[in-house]
Amino acid sequence: MTTLLIAEHDNAQLKDSTHKALSAAAALGAPVHVLVAGSNARAAAEAASKLAGVEKVLLADAAPYEHQLAEPTAALIVSLAGSYDALVAPATSKGKNVMPRVAALLDVMQVSDIIKVVSPDTFERPIYAGNAIQTVQATDAKKVITVRTAAFPAAAEGGSAAIEAVNAAEDSGLSSFKGEEIAKSERPELTSARIIISGGRSLGSSENFTKYLEPIADSLGAAMGASRAAVDAGYAPNDWQVGQTGKVVAPDLYIAVGISGAIQHLAGMKDSKVIVAINKDEEAPIFQVADYGLVGDLFTILPELKDELTRAGQ
Amino acid sequence: MKLLVCVKRVVDYNVKIRVKPDGSGVELANIKMSMNPFDEIAVEEAVRLKEQGKATEIVAVSIGPQQAGETIRTALAMGADRGILVKTDATVEPLAVAKILAKVVEQEKPDLIILGKQAIDDDSNQTGQMLAALLGWPQGTFAFKVAMGEGSIDVTREVDGGLQTVGLKLPAIVTTDLRLNEPRYASLPNIMKAKKKPLDETSPETLGVDVAPRLKVVKTVEPGGRKAGVKVGSVAELVSKLKVEAGVL
Repeated sequence: MTTLLIAEHDNAQLKDSTHKALSAAAALGAPVHVLVAGSNARAAAEAASKLAGVEKVLLADAAPYEHQLAEPTAALIVSLAGSYDALVAPATSKGKNVMPRVAALLDVMQVSDIIKVVSPDTFERPIYAGNAIQTVQATDAKKVITVRTAAFPAAAEGGSAAIEAVNAAEDSGLSSFKGEEIAKSERPELTSARIIISGGRSLGSSENFTKYLEPIADSLGAAMGASRAAVDAGYAPNDWQVGQTGKVVAPDLYIAVGISGAIQHLAGMKDSKVIVAINKDEEAPIFQVADYGLVGDLFTILPELKDELTRAGQ
Repeated sequence: MKLLVCVKRVVDYNVKIRVKPDGSGVELANIKMSMNPFDEIAVEEAVRLKEQGKATEIVAVSIGPQQAGETIRTALAMGADRGILVKTDATVEPLAVAKILAKVVEQEKPDLIILGKQAIDDDSNQTGQMLAALLGWPQGTFAFKVAMGEGSIDVTREVDGGLQTVGLKLPAIVTTDLRLNEPRYASLPNIMKAKKKPLDETSPETLGVDVAPRLKVVKTVEPGGRKAGVKVGSVAELVSKLKVEAGVL
């Protein structure tokens, strides 16, 4: 009875989503091995070996895994699957891409996006954009699971697992990496940030995101997010979108500025510890989930907030 | 080049769903149903490829009850050429859907299959990837842009942190993300024309696929609510409360 956790990493660094998915993997109650599939990914494997509760790290270090494309990565995981009862990955864009491919190759029905481990075969997961929570029992002998990382705490460091090299599986050569545009930012990543400030369509332009939201994000060390409406209007990049169809986040503090609070947005942030809403419409649904609401014009409030944070030493 | 698009009939995205009080599921009686929004984007992309002369035929498939035929008619009104309804009243999980689609692919032999990245009812986000696995085809999931080449397709994907472009050998699978395109509304003449387009019917049994569920639904409940908090009167009060009361600054 062993669980294999698929690590999320960029070869150099292990991503925080791995730490969180590890908590879910550990809750299955069996020893956990971590698979780092990458190219020149020794550093990520070493980081994984230091996580508390990891029994062994498998390192598949080969060129086809550099970008962890679905086809070679799924083939690798399937080649290892025989020794494991459960295969777990964070529900990141990589995990969501690879794991259903693995599940189908193993003839297993995947359990997507779990938010709670009820027992080793029973899980809670959100359906209908988080408007209902379903408890499902997986009857397949092997489990294939993706984890909504916002729902689990990050596993701590404090382990010293051995790293074992594993052979690459055959690469079909059906797909190839052509390029990427990954935003380089000094800011924390949305899904692991402690504080997030998000803007809605009321900000009116991408210049206003820069002018009004960015200084506050800077002084709080916060990640920046946006509503779907703001992203669709072109005020903020796609990968800032918080919501059911974007990122699901659960920071300590979520500040929603000029966001009305459509169901699809709430589904992405309602598990935040503290929610602040700033909106000129006092009937906006966002106030129904906010711990602290401030009604008023955001173009007046945001500069005041910046000054007040500076005064408060933030 | 032949395209297959897969469409699912789901609760309309504007409907606020209600959980049945006995925890057995979500209220579906007398609820407005529509085509899954991500599937509309899939149909739109297929129609655009045909309009650009890069595809010759579009076949729309749906798996579901008799009424799923209406969803296929919507796809036909948007520009698909013919439909296949795999009729079943059972709840069909993504793995079984992928198996049914793989059988349809054996018969239809399309060069490219376009599906929505997820259905907005069960939010599984599995079918396209599973179908790619069963067929041994490459996959371009969460598509933001597609560019057709000779015997290949480049798919720019929405990934955490930005965009990634992969090249896939045809035949291939593409699943759509939100920003791939804006689906058209079917015009009235096209809706009328769609009624005359061929729509074949088959069933999971005819195709030889076992759709018995592998996940047992234990219960369905409302999510834990969040209570509205307090309104503060000023920025200073807000910052002070965040510092002292909430302790998050």
